[in-house]
Amino acid sequence: MGEIMNWTDVKSDLEEQGYVASDALAMALYLSITLERPLLLEGAAGVGKTQIAKTLADMRQTNLIRLQCYEGLDASAAIYEWNYQRQLLSIRAAADSQQQDDIEEKIFSEKYLLRRPLLEAIQQEVAPVLLIDEIDRADEEFEAYLLEILSDFQISIPELGTVNAVTKPLVVLTANGARDLSDALRRRCIYSFVDYPDRTTELAILKKRQPELNARLAEQIVGFVQALRKEELEKKPGVAETLDWAAAIAGLGLRDLSDDPATLQASLVCLLKTQSDQATVPTEVAQRLVGKAA
Amino acid sequence: MRITRFPTRADGVAERMTGFMAHLRLNGINVGVAETETALLALDSINAINPEQTRLALKAICANNTDRYAKFDELFNAYWYARGRQRERKQATKEKPYEKDRWSNRSLLDDAMQAAGIGTIDTPDNSNDGEAEQSGDGKLVASTMVNINKADLREFMKPDDLARAQQVAEQMARAIRDRRSRRRRAAKRGSALDLRRIARKSVATGGEPLHLFKRQKPDRPVHLVALLDVSGSMTVYARVFLAFLKGLIAADQRTDAYLFHTQLVRISDALRDGDTFRAVNRLSMMAQGFGGGTRIGTNLDLFNRQYATNMVNGRSVVMILSDGYDTDPPERIAAALARLKKRGCKIIWLNPLKGWKDYKPVAKGMAAALPHLDVFAAANTLDDLAALEPHLARI
Repeated sequence: MGEIMNWTDVKSDLEEQGYVASDALAMALYLSITLERPLLLEGAAGVGKTQIAKTLADMRQTNLIRLQCYEGLDASAAIYEWNYQRQLLSIRAAADSQQQDDIEEKIFSEKYLLRRPLLEAIQQEVAPVLLIDEIDRADEEFEAYLLEILSDFQISIPELGTVNAVTKPLVVLTANGARDLSDALRRRCIYSFVDYPDRTTELAILKKRQPELNARLAEQIVGFVQALRKEELEKKPGVAETLDWAAAIAGLGLRDLSDDPATLQASLVCLLKTQSDQATVPTEVAQRLVGKAA
Repeated sequence: MRITRFPTRADGVAERMTGFMAHLRLNGINVGVAETETALLALDSINAINPEQTRLALKAICANNTDRYAKFDELFNAYWYARGRQRERKQATKEKPYEKDRWSNRSLLDDAMQAAGIGTIDTPDNSNDGEAEQSGDGKLVASTMVNINKADLREFMKPDDLARAQQVAEQMARAIRDRRSRRRRAAKRGSALDLRRIARKSVATGGEPLHLFKRQKPDRPVHLVALLDVSGSMTVYARVFLAFLKGLIAADQRTDAYLFHTQLVRISDALRDGDTFRAVNRLSMMAQGFGGGTRIGTNLDLFNRQYATNMVNGRSVVMILSDGYDTDPPERIAAALARLKKRGCKIIWLNPLKGWKDYKPVAKGMAAALPHLDVFAAANTLDDLAALEPHLARI
């Protein structure tokens, strides 16, 4: 682990773990570590927002605690809940065996507490990475809860008292733009917009993640995907798709993209994820893109 | 002297930083004391001599959404290198008339602030020749423009019309907005029992459910997005529709409004501006191209790509106010609407011509759009609009 001294170190450390970050992202990450602020990442799906939290956990050799947000997510699913069934059982058991004196203390002890990700995250010995994924899917009320926790790092449980953070987790929030986030939340965070990588960056990512791929083919693949993103698509392929596709191409034994148009076309299912996008890129278009990529 | 254009009067980093934050606020990025503090802390932990590092760091702290993130570099250059701002402006005068006005208006604001002795942030006092010329130029451009357009737009906002249109719009917005969720949630009053809470509370009473808790379906208000066509063919209606939009906007914080002619402009913030003078000013800047041609298809497409991803979802109602006369090929409208429709929203098209006797949607654009619309209705008077209300409550 060790204290990170410089923002360029963050960049090179990430790279060691197989994540190629842009300067802006590395700086945002560095600031969020040194200033102990949550990091808010926005960008299209598949540009590696979630991956950065995973990489960060690897880099700092700590746990990754993940809270996937969804509509209707509430405090009992995100922070804590009492284990009611178990409490009821012990009440019944205590009633039978006539030992009711300390039952109340017993059933409101930590043993009966179900820890959800947020509570879990502030009670770790080693500061974990807390990934709050797709925060824009959660309701506004939940966002307000989150604000409170992110500013004080303490949670009050009426029956138990206030739980203070043992260590401050490193918080990464991601958003896809399903709804606009509140300004209050935005202002509390360090912000970075993660865009589709440019050609060189994407090539570097591909080399890092799939080093066995031959250099020429890798260049073709990246060139093809870059050209494809310029087409009118409903869902542009992200980095994850590029990696999938590269693996598929390698697995299919293609040495050069222009070798086998039919196989190439079939493999496009890795990149084009809607029916109309597939219709937009028929064989001719795919071949034109291959021509551009070469 | 040419390289360093930093004003010599600013004493410390803190003061310069405060100035920078004021500069950002003036340009619509809502930073406060907390950001200034964070920024100063951040400068301690990076190599602040390096401008690139400083830019990245301040960007991460101050620019907190996508629009601002894109705009930040420009603002950063404008403030920290006085050169940046001049270059921006010169370029703009030649190439982009719309951009030009935005910039010159900003300088108008600056000048006003400076005259009032509030923020003297952008005048480097060691190079008064170049900068003075620039500001003078900017002011001139801005005031001519305001004279041309302000008169028009003031008329768009006559108090009587505004009041009536606003009233209709608010009723309508309310009719569209109120929707309930399918899920249930704990509530004080409600139709269903909340068994989980009852069981949980009954622990305290020895397993006897003394207190009954209820669940209810919470409100899931519908979010309204309005697109107003202000091309030549729509000029006669533009005035009342603009007032109508202001009414819609006033009814709900989340409502969004856009103008389009040959380009698409978001006007929600301008309409929401409490300061009427500034609102009119902002609108007149945006209204460049008022009364020109229309490119509905292109603009809808742009809307899809730029705004719809954030603004439109299954709980949105997109309201288009246009006569359907389009200079783009009709397929373009159809494709754009089909794509918009896929986001799960409802689309309402209000056409002022439809109120005319014997109107048939023969304009090619309109005909192409029809299959994708949930409601296609007349809108040539406010009464027509008011009559829509019960209809809209059902979609």
